[in-house]
Amino acid sequence: MRATVTVMLKQGVLDPQGEAVRHALGSLGFDGVEGVRQGKVIALDLAEGTSEAEVTEMCEKLLANTVIESYRIEMG
Amino acid sequence: MKAAVITFPGSNCDRDLSDAFRAAGCGVTEVWHKDSTLPEGVDIIGIPGGFSFGDYLRCGAIAGRSPVMKAVADHVHRGGYAIGICNGFQVLCETGLLPGALMRNAGLKFTCKMQTLTVATGDSVFTRGYGEGAEISIPLAHHDGNYVIDAEGLAALKDQGRVAFRYRANPNGSVDDIAGILSENRRVLGMMPHPERVVDARVGGTDGRALFAGLVDALADA
Repeated sequence: MRATVTVMLKQGVLDPQGEAVRHALGSLGFDGVEGVRQGKVIALDLAEGTSEAEVTEMCEKLLANTVIESYRIEMG
Repeated sequence: MKAAVITFPGSNCDRDLSDAFRAAGCGVTEVWHKDSTLPEGVDIIGIPGGFSFGDYLRCGAIAGRSPVMKAVADHVHRGGYAIGICNGFQVLCETGLLPGALMRNAGLKFTCKMQTLTVATGDSVFTRGYGEGAEISIPLAHHDGNYVIDAEGLAALKDQGRVAFRYRANPNGSVDDIAGILSENRRVLGMMPHPERVVDARVGGTDGRALFAGLVDALADA
């Protein structure tokens, strides 16, 4: 089984990389881009029966730094 | 006085940090990240700069969960001293031993240069050798030194006088120009600039000496 964890900077935390991407899109002529946030996706191959609660614990303990990041888990 | 300096895979300032401690008259034991205990009678732990675990996941994230960091946390919780420099500061934030986090520099560039700092408090074993208000010149070398903390945490740092160093001409977007902070008991210092690189005039300066000398004086008396 698989779980996909998406980690993003929390709203309100300035994302300098996202801002740089937004500027670059603007200079390519994409005028409608009002904001860009850059995050990461972590794909986990898990033993059958691993619970979402365990994945949550993985996120809390390592995969996300909850001081600045939020995370979302999709199982399966 | 005894120091332990930790080496992670990818640390590259561990030797410099050990040399700075020794130059100040402190005995040093080098400790590998897989060790789960620290040498007996260690007064201070040094967590060096570098790129532990290739900065994978987040700077300091994987080092922060290594076996030796449990022993470091125990030492700190017992009231022991610790200093984390650059990647070491990131590791201390990742473990929660210091508040806040270090993000990508606002200018997105790796910054490597001499930097003027203001000593924001003289009230710690690390900064008493300088005194509050002193201006010192210490090199920077980092990509992720942009310190962030929530408004409440920042207010606590300021109210308790726990900002140790501030940048003159902020190089990385760090909140309130913060270059280094102290723990609540003032015994743990995290800072992005590298005082261990300026303890010998032959390699660029001596403004880092007072930090190590002050530390050794204070802990030798204790």
